[in-house]
Amino acid sequence: MELFDFQVITTSLPEFWRGLLMTLQLTGIALLAGFAGAVPLAVARVSKNRWVSGPVAAYTYFFRGTPMLVQLLLIYYGAGQWQWMQEAWQAGHPFWLLFREPFFCALLAFGLNTCAYTIEIIAGAMRNTPHGEIEAAKAMGMSRYKALQRIVLPSSLRRMLPSYSNEVILMLQGSAIASAVTLVDITGAARNVYSRHFAPFEAFVFAGLVYLVLTFVLVGLFKYAEGRWLAHLAPRKAGKKLEA
Amino acid sequence: MDALIEYSPSLLGGAWVTLKVALLSLVLAVASGLLGAACKLSNLLPLRLWTMLYTTIVRGVPDLVMMLLVFYGGQLLLNEVIDYFEWEFIEINPFVAGVLTIGFIFGAYFTETFRGAFLSVSAGQLEAGRAYGMTGWQVFRRIMFPQMLRFALPGIGNNWLVLLKSTAIVSMIGLSDMTSLADQAGRSTHQPFTFYLAVCALYLAMTAVSGYVLNRMTTRYNVGVREANV
Repeated sequence: MELFDFQVITTSLPEFWRGLLMTLQLTGIALLAGFAGAVPLAVARVSKNRWVSGPVAAYTYFFRGTPMLVQLLLIYYGAGQWQWMQEAWQAGHPFWLLFREPFFCALLAFGLNTCAYTIEIIAGAMRNTPHGEIEAAKAMGMSRYKALQRIVLPSSLRRMLPSYSNEVILMLQGSAIASAVTLVDITGAARNVYSRHFAPFEAFVFAGLVYLVLTFVLVGLFKYAEGRWLAHLAPRKAGKKLEA
Repeated sequence: MDALIEYSPSLLGGAWVTLKVALLSLVLAVASGLLGAACKLSNLLPLRLWTMLYTTIVRGVPDLVMMLLVFYGGQLLLNEVIDYFEWEFIEINPFVAGVLTIGFIFGAYFTETFRGAFLSVSAGQLEAGRAYGMTGWQVFRRIMFPQMLRFALPGIGNNWLVLLKSTAIVSMIGLSDMTSLADQAGRSTHQPFTFYLAVCALYLAMTAVSGYVLNRMTTRYNVGVREANV
């Protein structure tokens, strides 16, 4: 018996392609939504008012302290436990019916999860804003909101890039659990191929390679972004001067 | 609530399985991390390239995919070996596959942590050890390791918390950890939400305890080091 049969991969390429699209949709939408939510919540997170920062801190504590798989199962399988939810399903309520869709539940779980991590990343960058920048904004007579909008946020959103690239990569890898709720992403496609052909190496090594390539692309994109928006913070290149 | 009390022995048993997976993976990960860091800092190019490949693959491939590969692929390989030597059938159990995979994955993260920490111990300390006539192993055990640990502890703490949470995926290869036991209990009582929430609470309790232990260790290994007063 052969251990690696390329034909298994070539015949299942369409399935892997659909899986790739699913993975990209899940991670892409979850990351966009999570980021959009994270910016205002990070502002709340660094607030000195405990009533504002407290709830956000509790939210990030819960979602960063528990596995994303459990969060996903909690949302997808847990929703059906509630009587009112089942009544809403029977009544055909369009919003609550979404909780029966694995795709929506995965998006919700992934989005809430990445949002929690992103809040802490942005909040950390905001806390590290150089003191002088804020003082200068105050001296220019900017209100707190204006200073936030013009000084603190633009500078923190740049400085967060390296840690955020990590989060994006972790989200891509984390999305592999989508197959736990019957979604066929790259990992789900690999599991189907495995059970059809009983070919674990072909299925999972190929899936791993696809993820590896995606990761490289992401790392490259973030390198480019850092070169563009963080050039002013890069260490000065020692070699260049000597050459000239 | 009654259902939760009824199933709590089973759930706590699952928590114990989760903890065992996590702790054994931690041991394996720390061992491979130390080895990986030593390779990464070595003068031999092949060793450096090999660890580079190791850390790149681990960073780029999801833990679940690797675990499925080890679990199903490992079984197939084992079958071939068994056929060849005509042994009796051995089954790879999900516990072993889970510990091996998680240990392997986090070994790569510990490699980075330990590499940084090794570099933070001043070379003069090691030279002094050699000057006293200590062997390489003695220098490592008496001088390098205790001082390195201080720099490595924050990283170790982070890695451990991530490792603990990643144990949940062993439920997907059929190990009866607390996540899969909660799944079973939720199905039979029709209260999945309650049980998954209980699992969340157990994970949070574990991270809280780890936080306490890590704080104690940080104090212990920072004895005699002055903190910067900012």
